[in-house]
Amino acid sequence: MKARVHVMLKKGVLDPQGEAVRHALGALGFEGVNGVRQGKVIELDLAEGATEATVKEMCEKLLANTVIESYAIEMG
Amino acid sequence: MKAAVLVFPGSNCDRDLVVAFEAAGADVTMVWHKETSLPDGIDIVGVPGGFSYGDYLRCGAIAANSPITRDLKAHAERGGYVLGICNGFQVLTETGLLPGALLRNAGLKYICKTVPLKVQTSDSIFTEGYNAGDVVGFPIAHHDGNYYADDETLAQLEGENRIAFTYEDNPNGSRGDIAGILSHNRRVLGMMPHPERAADIGHGGTDGAALFRACVGALTPA
Repeated sequence: MKARVHVMLKKGVLDPQGEAVRHALGALGFEGVNGVRQGKVIELDLAEGATEATVKEMCEKLLANTVIESYAIEMG
Repeated sequence: MKAAVLVFPGSNCDRDLVVAFEAAGADVTMVWHKETSLPDGIDIVGVPGGFSYGDYLRCGAIAANSPITRDLKAHAERGGYVLGICNGFQVLTETGLLPGALLRNAGLKYICKTVPLKVQTSDSIFTEGYNAGDVVGFPIAHHDGNYYADDETLAQLEGENRIAFTYEDNPNGSRGDIAGILSHNRRVLGMMPHPERAADIGHGGTDGAALFRACVGALTPA
């Protein structure tokens, strides 16, 4: 089974990469882009029966740094 | 006085750190990351700069879960001394031995230059060779040195006099101009600038030598 983990910088933590992307979109003529936040997606291929609780533990211990990042888990 | 310098795949300041400790009089052992324990009788562990594990996932995140890092944590929890420089600082925040995190530089660029730092406290074995208020020149060489901690943590660091060094001219967006911080017991120092690259006349500056002299001196039995 698959799980997908979305990791984003927390609200309030400056995202300089997202800001650079926002400026670049503006330079390309895309107007009205008020904000860009850049994160990452981690796909996990797990043995059958893996639980969301286990994936949450993986996030807490390694996949996200909860000092600066938040995460969301999609199972299946 | 015995020092250990950890070596991860991708560490590249490990030898410089060994040379700086040795020049100050320490007996230094390099320890590969796959070892599960530090040699007996180690007083201080140096976590060097570089790009451990290619900075995969997050800078320092994989090294923070290396076999040797478990014993590094045990060493720190026993009251042992630890000096983490650059990637070593990132590893120490990832292990939770120091609070906060290091984000991408605000200007998005890798910065490599010597910068002026203010010594904020001389109350640690690392900084007792300086006076608070001294301005020293150490090289920085990083892409992810933008120190972040929430307001509560920053207030605690300030309140407990745990900010060791600040940038005079903030190069990377660090909150509070922070370049280096101490642990609660003042025995763990993490800093982005490189004192080991300013420790010999051939480096073009020797301001960092006092840091190694002070900590080796403090840990050497009289």
